Amino acid sequence: MGSRVEILNPGGYRSDGRKQYELRSMDITLGSTSSSSSTVVHDLQNAMAHPHPTAPDGRAHIAHGLTEATAQVFGPREAQMRRDAIHDRANINVQVVMLPFSGGASSRRRGRGDKRLLELAAAIKSTFEPVIQTGLYPRSQIDIIVEIHQQDGGVLQAAINAATLALVDAGVALYDQVVAVSAGLHSTAVLLDLTHYEENDCPHLTVGVMPRSGKVTLLNMESRLHVSRFEHVFSVACEAAKIIKGEMGNTIGQRTESLVSAMAQGEPTYGRTAAADDMMDEI
Amino acid sequence: MFRFTSSTGKARSNPVYVQGFDNKDMDWDAETNAGITAPGETIVSSLEFMRGHGTFPDGDEVAATVAGTLQRVNKLISVKPIRSRYTPEIGDLVVARIVEVQPRRWKVDANGRQDAVLMLSSVNLPGGIQRRKLESDELQMRTFFEEGDLLVAEVQAFFADGAMSLHTRSLRYGKLRNGQMITVPPILIKRLKSHFCALTCGVDVILGINGYIWVSKHVKENQQVGEEGFDAESVYSNKNDYIDATTRMAIVRVSNIIKIMARYYYPISDIVLNQAYDWIVENDYELKDLLNEDIGEALIAAMSTTYQ
Repeated sequence: MGSRVEILNPGGYRSDGRKQYELRSMDITLGSTSSSSSTVVHDLQNAMAHPHPTAPDGRAHIAHGLTEATAQVFGPREAQMRRDAIHDRANINVQVVMLPFSGGASSRRRGRGDKRLLELAAAIKSTFEPVIQTGLYPRSQIDIIVEIHQQDGGVLQAAINAATLALVDAGVALYDQVVAVSAGLHSTAVLLDLTHYEENDCPHLTVGVMPRSGKVTLLNMESRLHVSRFEHVFSVACEAAKIIKGEMGNTIGQRTESLVSAMAQGEPTYGRTAAADDMMDEI
Repeated sequence: MFRFTSSTGKARSNPVYVQGFDNKDMDWDAETNAGITAPGETIVSSLEFMRGHGTFPDGDEVAATVAGTLQRVNKLISVKPIRSRYTPEIGDLVVARIVEVQPRRWKVDANGRQDAVLMLSSVNLPGGIQRRKLESDELQMRTFFEEGDLLVAEVQAFFADGAMSLHTRSLRYGKLRNGQMITVPPILIKRLKSHFCALTCGVDVILGINGYIWVSKHVKENQQVGEEGFDAESVYSNKNDYIDATTRMAIVRVSNIIKIMARYYYPISDIVLNQAYDWIVENDYELKDLLNEDIGEALIAAMSTTYQ
């Protein structure tokens, strides 16, 4: 044990210097930042169907500490495969891509069709199915493409948060903003927002919460956790989700506000020009 | 500026509504007449208001489903998303691209939630406009429009599932040639008297309400092909006319102006494009420098001050 780094030292600090309930620093970018229209590498299916691919409708980048993910949302748009179209609601299609240099667990490359990626995609899809108002978009398809740029624990959490933000950016109707957070248990102490190192050593779970109603749309647990401890870990995670929701909400608010004011800049006040105002003053 | 507070479980019994909004007077701040929402945020009580687009009822509250601005018409509350796909309305002028040729119809991409449909019966065919569509027309549909072709059309009707049906039964509608297409967020295109604009710089612009914009060489009114002596050959031609170098530069200049405005989320109209073009000519900027960030910023700043 001597050479091992402690998960939680006697002073109450974790290996990266955080306290038990401390979240990693977050960094969110909404919308595309680059001025050029983006080229999409992983939207291959669409690239085949449309000779003139378009930029994503929504895009968001999120960093939880060293874990980074970008989500792109295409649609609602025509279903690429006619058999995928559902007559009374939208079909949600999720694709997860781990970039080759993203590192992480077994730093092996995960290509398309890797079981681990399919599982992540399925988890994200089932998270968003009850949240998106799919009934508004019959026979269409909403594609969510998540790219994992860096992995340091909490990949599912980062992917879901990025996807929520990208959906908001795309203007897709949502009942609520899903917020995901991971939590684990070390001995009897609950830890929040685990790094990769902590994930390896502690039983942990990821919770997806709808903050408005407090409903849970996702609970993902791949390790064994004693039933008697579960409730505590779970409730702490739900609390933490509210904090992350605050951060995400701020970013969305700022972005919307900046777009609204940018548009207002170009809108003349009807029937009022500088000249007309001057005339009014004289009268 | 308004601030919103989403209600937590506890606050549900005593909901927090939009600040600056007086439920008794039912009156917004007259200056802005708009608050800002995000999905899942409580807007108003559903007991006093009716809910429109972009909202959903949750118990006795109305909450937003999209990020955007609040709109109120009497008791109807709706939220207009700040970014979204094009929501079609009948009579809208759209620029669109053929994606598929199907029996008796074309599937068209018009930036909507589904592909639009252009029926063979809603296009002008060679040999007079009012005539029955024959089997021979069906067989040579690709000679009219084929995959990848751009066209300008009007929204004619909706199908049961909300997909739009287009028509090109006018001399102004039909296949597009002699120019290039630019894509912008649809919200930036305001409804104008006419969406066919001839700019003073000698370039024609078609501002599709779906956010697709066509910038092309100017065609004189009397040289337009159309109904009288309808010449299918030229209407459905795939060949560009000769475009001289100055016109090409003007087209690119206008396209770049549109790209700048899309980048800065600045509403686009023919007036604005004319002003921006003049500004660029006045300042003598090189064509290749237009998309530089500082020039873009300067352009937007110059445009905004003209309205102050």
